[in-house]
Amino acid sequence: MTRTLISQAQLRRGRGRFLYWAVLGVVVLGFTLVFLGPLYWMVTGAFKSGQEIAQTPPTLWPRDPELQNYADAWNNLELAKLMFNTFYYAAGAVFFQLVFDTAAAYALSKLRPAFGNVILAAMLATLMIPAMVLIVPQYVTAIDLPIIHVNLLDSPWAIWLPLVANAFNIFLLKRFFDSIPEDLIAAAQVDGASPLRTLWSIILPMSRPILGVVSIFAVTAVWKDFLWPKLVMPSPETRTLSVGIYAFAGGTPQNVVIAASVIAAIPTVIIFLIFQRNIMSGLTTGSLKG
Amino acid sequence: MTIVAPHITKQPTPPAPVQRTKRGRKLRDNLTGHAFLIGAVACFALFMWFPMIRGIVMSFQRTRRGETTWVGWDNYTRIIADPSFWIAWKNTFVFTLLALVLGYLLPFFVAILLNEFRHFKGYLRVLVYLPVMLPPASALFLFKYYAYDPSEAGLFNAILAFFHLPTSEWMQSPSMTIPAMVIASTWMNMGGAVLIYLASLQNIPGELYEAAELDGAGIARRVWNVTIPQTRLILALLAMLQIVATMQLFIEPLILANGAGTQDSATSVAYLIYQHGFFQNDLNGAAALGVIMLLVLGAFSAVYVRLTTKQD
Repeated sequence: MTRTLISQAQLRRGRGRFLYWAVLGVVVLGFTLVFLGPLYWMVTGAFKSGQEIAQTPPTLWPRDPELQNYADAWNNLELAKLMFNTFYYAAGAVFFQLVFDTAAAYALSKLRPAFGNVILAAMLATLMIPAMVLIVPQYVTAIDLPIIHVNLLDSPWAIWLPLVANAFNIFLLKRFFDSIPEDLIAAAQVDGASPLRTLWSIILPMSRPILGVVSIFAVTAVWKDFLWPKLVMPSPETRTLSVGIYAFAGGTPQNVVIAASVIAAIPTVIIFLIFQRNIMSGLTTGSLKG
Repeated sequence: MTIVAPHITKQPTPPAPVQRTKRGRKLRDNLTGHAFLIGAVACFALFMWFPMIRGIVMSFQRTRRGETTWVGWDNYTRIIADPSFWIAWKNTFVFTLLALVLGYLLPFFVAILLNEFRHFKGYLRVLVYLPVMLPPASALFLFKYYAYDPSEAGLFNAILAFFHLPTSEWMQSPSMTIPAMVIASTWMNMGGAVLIYLASLQNIPGELYEAAELDGAGIARRVWNVTIPQTRLILALLAMLQIVATMQLFIEPLILANGAGTQDSATSVAYLIYQHGFFQNDLNGAAALGVIMLLVLGAFSAVYVRLTTKQD
């Protein structure tokens, strides 16, 4: 363990030791209250009746917990359908990002065609453009694709295709592919492997960790996104979870909206608890060493 | 950047048979390379590069009943004349500034603190990042209905009342609207910054702290003279990213304040873009507002990059 701001020796004896444990105790308790507290409030609040939730001071634990709000949310907001839609969009987003972004990153890293670096620079430049600035022209493009004049509204392509244009993914993947030794690829070429074969049999098996990170980010991006799916999925049949809950929020009791929000959050929380290591390392490698 | 890709030589050398096959192979290699690129490039072209140009073009046009005409600066003058325009900019700037004070400094200090602990490291990290994984709509409904409830049944007011502090109307009070949005937004988003700071704190060589301590520097001095200079680049980068992100404030006003909020106290520039584009049937005006936003952020970034690089 490297030394940090305060030396280890100082924290191990007498007053230092006491202070260390006191501060740690306060922080662990405080963080639990600040970050887990609201989630506890949310989950238990949705078990309370409308009467109980309006009562002052609020109760810490629901007096007679009832599943009614969750059941109402599930049935009235048709959460099963919204959940299926969101899963479907997320699965497609993972698929198309993996196919097109790995192919592109492989080309930019190993095949290096003419103007490859110009293309890479043009892709990375899009990281500088705030999403809100593009929302209107992107929408106009989606409702009438240039040349082929297709309207993508209510079609999953309207979510899948824009997500492929993710410079951060291309950057992450390219950097990972750059670290794969050139000799391996040369050896495969000598054996007569085509570029596609090299990608499939050599590069991809070595890149599992980064492919995992890209997939997880794709799923959470779809799950968390709000404005774009709200615009391009206008009909109730094609909505995502977040958009569907928002659309129903006006005419639905508060507790039912909260119950629906809890249900909508469960998949991402589970994904996070399972893949926390990959998510956190993907986040820091992507931003730090770039 | 240099182009490493093999170029097709342009010199009109006599085409010896060996060279021709070589050139042919290069051409084929290039074609294969571009074939691998085509999917991603098409998506970038359709949904990034083309809309970029189109946004600017649209901002000088007007489309009525399917007919598009050039209107010069009309969209810009109309957008700027809208009374909400300046209010939206003011709100956005206040939000950005407050979010910078809270959402930017807090994660840094949290990271410094967490980095000192030898126990519960994993647990604390998971806790801080957990809200980042929630769908923002879910988290904001939690804040709207449970935390910012203006009666004493709301979580925040219940806590304030418990300590006999004055309660607040939160989203119903124009002066509390923006601070309330900053609190919600910081809670939802700070996890990412904390983790990035933590990773960069771990790269600081321990000898620097040792040397500072030998020179008699206390904890505050060590933070000021070692930690901050050592993480300067990451601090600068995240400040930039944070400002660009908070200037696009949208979902917080939409859900917490039903859009504009009490007496326009929540209207943001991004919300105005949404309003013009998708409710007032004024996509061209919304595009003009988008271009203005791009210019403001671009000018800001240019100044910022200049200031931060000058120090080196």
